[in-house]
Amino acid sequence: MVDMSVKDLSESAAVAEPAKPKITARKTCVFYGEKQALFDVDVDIPGNGITAFIGPSGCGKSTFLRCINRMNDTIAIARVTGEIKVDGVDVYDRALDVVELRARVGMVFQKPNPFPKSIFDNIAYGPRIHGLVKTKAEAEEIVVKSLQRAGLFEEVKDRLAEPGTGLSGGQQQRLCIARAIATSPEVLLMDEPCSALDPIATARIEELMDELRQNLTIIIVTHSMQQAARVSQRTAFFHLGRLIEEGPTTGIFTNPKNQRTQDYITGRYG
Amino acid sequence: MTDQAIPAGDRAGKHDAVRPTLHDPARLRRRYAAERRYQAYGLAAILFGLGFLVFLFGSIIGNGWSAFLQTGIRLEIALDKSVIDPAGRGERRTLQTADYTKLAREALYARLGGRPADRKERNQMNGLLSANVDTQIRDAVLADPSIIGTTRVFWVNAQGNVDQLLKGRIDRSIPESRRQLSDRQLAWIDAMVATGEVARRFNWPLFTAGASSQPESAGVGVALIGSFFMMLTVVLLAVPLGAMAAVYLEEFAPTNRWTDLIEININNLAAVPSIVFGLLGLAVFINFAGLPRSASLVGGLVLTLMTLPTIIIATRAAIRAVPPSIREAALGVGASKMQTITHHVLPLALPGIMTGTIIGLVQALGETAPLLMIGMVAFVIDHPATPLEPSTALPVQIYMWATSAERGFVERTAGATIILLLFLFVMNAAAVLLRRRYQKKW
Repeated sequence: MVDMSVKDLSESAAVAEPAKPKITARKTCVFYGEKQALFDVDVDIPGNGITAFIGPSGCGKSTFLRCINRMNDTIAIARVTGEIKVDGVDVYDRALDVVELRARVGMVFQKPNPFPKSIFDNIAYGPRIHGLVKTKAEAEEIVVKSLQRAGLFEEVKDRLAEPGTGLSGGQQQRLCIARAIATSPEVLLMDEPCSALDPIATARIEELMDELRQNLTIIIVTHSMQQAARVSQRTAFFHLGRLIEEGPTTGIFTNPKNQRTQDYITGRYG
Repeated sequence: MTDQAIPAGDRAGKHDAVRPTLHDPARLRRRYAAERRYQAYGLAAILFGLGFLVFLFGSIIGNGWSAFLQTGIRLEIALDKSVIDPAGRGERRTLQTADYTKLAREALYARLGGRPADRKERNQMNGLLSANVDTQIRDAVLADPSIIGTTRVFWVNAQGNVDQLLKGRIDRSIPESRRQLSDRQLAWIDAMVATGEVARRFNWPLFTAGASSQPESAGVGVALIGSFFMMLTVVLLAVPLGAMAAVYLEEFAPTNRWTDLIEININNLAAVPSIVFGLLGLAVFINFAGLPRSASLVGGLVLTLMTLPTIIIATRAAIRAVPPSIREAALGVGASKMQTITHHVLPLALPGIMTGTIIGLVQALGETAPLLMIGMVAFVIDHPATPLEPSTALPVQIYMWATSAERGFVERTAGATIILLLFLFVMNAAAVLLRRRYQKKW
């Protein structure tokens, strides 16, 4: 009896309170100098899964993505207001160390950008600077594990000492993903990761994302609505610096609530 | 351009009459002719420049190759103890001041058939030997005093005119009264050339000797040491200062009016005439700081000031050439700004920084004007052991020899120019090689 009631209680609590979102944004605005690029974005992004940001060029989706790990800090004139929390911690808190944040929130860029170093050093670099590995054996373990997770290990296992820049475009991008997940981040931001790749390489990356989403929160910015529909569970549509609509991917694509979303996904503009 | 050349009315008429077709043979011919013409202009410009270069090098090498050879006279000199060190105490001072010229002359008289009673004839014989012949013998004696009392074979320098005769620069056909060498002297020389006792030998002293009023014993040794000390000063000061300033300006400095001002001034400094840096060095390093005149340290400091803007500008360009994607990649995996710079940006910019540095050094090595201002144009005989001792620099040595009158200095001037150019070529080649070797690999 007693046991049952306790179990009931916990179950009902779980139902009443939905899973805590991994990332929350409230009234997030971004300014480049005088120009405002992002207007009052409010969004909750749940953990473990893929959220796609879609929208026409210049709509602010990349800008918002780069706020989450504070890559906008590198642009001198960029200014962010409002709040963005990852696991309830405000990333723009003065006390927060941005280096630690970026180790927890990894990033993959549009153009594959491996360091002009060996494949091994590309992946071992992050763990090394964060002190996650002390010995060569530990580094090797992380490199192999990351390459395996990124589905690249079989292709490069005999040439780990060769430069990462010698790989093909798709392999380079998977190397960048392996590099990003080597520090065991909880969130992976992907800024149009497939726009420089051919369809076969793109398919491989999408497969990889599908495997990684089991224990990783992935946010992908994409110009391809097909890609968003294929890989994501949730989709957010941005337009002219505003978040227009956000919801389960199937809902956005089959039954959008907003007229502008409807126009965009049916190809009227963008 | 071509369209404008056609009268407006004409063009309008044409348009009305026929639609312009893409295939217009006359137009096509004009376009091809224009392309060929421009190529020809470019080629002509390059050939013109090359022609000058060939002429320049031709004249320098034509004048200067003989400086690397020096005419010597083989003499068996008896190092008579009664002349060198009559007291026999072996004091250094005695050995330094002994009359070695006398020994050399006696050896020459002996070779040419005995000491002539006629003073005029003696003078003619003496005239075959360089005025600095004593220093060669003295140095040998000072290096090893035990040779006193023995007879040794020396290759002593011949007088400058003898040297020029063997290099074919003295015309034997002009009358004796107007010739630098008399008939008797010519006869002696010819006889000794036939036996191999007068010959041209490789001129090592050119690289080691200091200043001399006699062209046959002057060398660039002091200038080489001075230039080396100055390059050392520049490398040790300008490279770290320039690189650090460039990294700060490029990576850390906020963009505001002050950094703009600094940037403009650095660019301006790179264009300031070098003589102004010489004046600055004179005022600050010598008059204010009290550093010695003619010292290569002061020269190096002045050249550091002069090279700094070049190195800063080159380093900034090299840092800027590192693609932003590499920076983003490093920041993206959580590298701090400092780590991004030291682990990624600087290693990738290094070849560019080195190239810029070498170009700055080449500039500094060839610089003359500021060194004249700080008194490095001096007659320095002794090799400087430290950067604080007086010395000269290679280009200054060239300048000083170029203003000397003797025939022998003309070839010395060209010879020193060849040495300077060789250094510049080697350094430039190193810069090019560095650029090739580490060309962009991202």
